[in-house]
Amino acid sequence: MAHESTYQPNTAIERWLDDRLPIVRIMHDQFQTFPTPRNLNYWWTFGGILTFCLAVQLITGIVLAMHYIPSDKLAFDSVEHIMRDVNWGWLLRYTHAVGASMFFFAAYVHMFRGLYYGSYKAPREILWILGVLIILVMIATAFMGYSLVWGQMSFWAVTVITNLFSSLDSIISGLGTAIVQWIWGGYSVSGATLTRLFSLHYLFPFVIAGLVVLHIWALHVPGNNNPTGIEVKSSSDAIPFHPYYTVKDAYALALFAMLFAWFVFYAPNYLGHPDNYIPANPLQTPPHIVPEWYFLPFYAILRAIPSKLMGVTAMFAAIFVLFLAPWLDTSKVRSTKYRPIYKWFFWLFVITCLALGYLGAKPPEGWYLVFARVFTFLYFAHFLIIMPIVGVIERPRGMPGSITEAVLGRGRTGGGAGAEAGGAAAAGPETR
Amino acid sequence: MASHTMTESEEPTRRDFLFIASGAFAAVGGAAALWPLIDQMNPDASSKALASLEVDLRPVREGQAITVMWRGKPVFIRNRTGEEIEAARAVDLNDLPDPIARNANLPEDAPATDENRARDKAHERWLVVIGICTHLGCIPKGQRVGDARGDYGGWFCPCHGSHYDTAGRIRKGPAPRNLDVPPYQFVSDTKIKIG
Ligand code: HEM
Ligand code: FES
Repeated sequence: MAHESTYQPNTAIERWLDDRLPIVRIMHDQFQTFPTPRNLNYWWTFGGILTFCLAVQLITGIVLAMHYIPSDKLAFDSVEHIMRDVNWGWLLRYTHAVGASMFFFAAYVHMFRGLYYGSYKAPREILWILGVLIILVMIATAFMGYSLVWGQMSFWAVTVITNLFSSLDSIISGLGTAIVQWIWGGYSVSGATLTRLFSLHYLFPFVIAGLVVLHIWALHVPGNNNPTGIEVKSSSDAIPFHPYYTVKDAYALALFAMLFAWFVFYAPNYLGHPDNYIPANPLQTPPHIVPEWYFLPFYAILRAIPSKLMGVTAMFAAIFVLFLAPWLDTSKVRSTKYRPIYKWFFWLFVITCLALGYLGAKPPEGWYLVFARVFTFLYFAHFLIIMPIVGVIERPRGMPGSITEAVLGRGRTGGGAGAEAGGAAAAGPETR
Repeated sequence: MASHTMTESEEPTRRDFLFIASGAFAAVGGAAALWPLIDQMNPDASSKALASLEVDLRPVREGQAITVMWRGKPVFIRNRTGEEIEAARAVDLNDLPDPIARNANLPEDAPATDENRARDKAHERWLVVIGICTHLGCIPKGQRVGDARGDYGGWFCPCHGSHYDTAGRIRKGPAPRNLDVPPYQFVSDTKIKIG
């Protein structure tokens, strides 16, 4: 949010730098005194957590790349070499592998947060779109990273996923095959494929970093949304980012890091598939090809639809529909807290995503397939039917006049509600 | 630009010309530079060079099958039994999900009769197909003794449940096309050259 610069360069050298490159001023204004709604809850700490995750992946990844060999003959052995011979190699690799899971976990929480509190609505559409772009590039990055191990799951996941593009053959004969061979650099998944996946796996995280900068820029123009969805109106609605939210973010990050460390040290392979410890064999397909957990909902949608082309289209559409959310939601009210009907559909949507995740790990037959189809329908219905219609027919609950009122109550004692208790306090002013 | 006529000063006209000319230069140059960057990803000369392979068929007895690698892909070669050929011939073409032969040695629209799936009349026992499921690229089962061969006695792809018959044609499941027959020819009665 645009606010008067409060930076005071005190020493001569600070003034000298400020006249030439006001970088300290920008950091001060954007990350220290930046006015932030006083009622942000813990769901707002995932932005900082995500930044941490990106940093962890970049640092461990660059170090892993010092030992990893992107060749179809040597890749698998070099990963084992990292695990057994390289000093601390096991720690670096497990942190990177678990880190990808933690990254997606945090990103999904962050996205549900945005959906619940209506953070995608005007004036934050661009911010939301940048977020969807980030998750898209993250998906591509993690997919390519997983292939680098060159185990059985790596190899066959690459085979199955790249073959998705061959479905374009049913639109223009030969087009799909041409694209797939272009991706492979051969007539099948091979060493040529692995080296390009490595090159792009190295590049894409930096693209993500660039998108994150834009994402934060787009955040700092309108400022944060908050649990009430009401914009900051007066100075009593906002508090400086530092120390209030730096400490809150740091505390949440410490808890998150404990969970992260628990996986790294006690269950590093729990989230992975044992078949990826078998070297890639182009002549033998494993009995079940399952992607990493964070792709399962999309995999369920892919397999729910009997036509190959339509299945692929639906899978990509499941992400692209997110771009449209700001315009599909017709409600004037941002926060689901004040939306009595939509609230139920929001939780139905959460259940839908979890159910699709469960079904993505099951064979697509019998009841599993039936339910996969039902939930695929519900997934798209949420955006294309529920969001436009509920916004029109629903009568929102009364809203507090301001963030301060939501936190402290109007004409009554705050009931001990501090800035952190926004959720409990905001439920009060219903009777307005 | 069109609004600058000769009656106005000559300077803007020349600048406009340079602007358009250098813009066009950059556009054409950019496009020309882009192509090598895209095309470098296509299959390279060394993988194209691996493109042909001779296979000796003598060790393959009736009812047996072997798998060879061609262009990095498994090729299934099966010496079919009389019953297997009979079964494939008894099928009504209208019952086939994919009625096209998919035989690189025949015209593109040849129908998927059993005869069209083999190389020629003299070698109808031999079925040579690329062993890659046309759904999403898994390797179907059925080459080894004891493998599940699916409901039609040919191959079965466990990934998403596609059943192929003894002519390698898709009969049931999500795969859209029959297994592809690669380009090949008999260089002698007991030897084929693939590619
Ligand atoms: C957005 C950030 C990133 C994500 C989500 C990500 C994800 C992944 C995943 C899922 C794996 C497979 C882990 C396994 O099962 O072993 C992997 C491996 C790998 N990644 Fe990344 N990565 C990221 C950033 C980077 C960066 C910046 C580099 C720098 C070059 C890098 C280098 C590697 C290497 C060398 C491997 C193979 C060794 C291994 O298996 O651990 N990654 N990555
Ligand atoms: S890859 Fe064979 S059925 Fe899907």
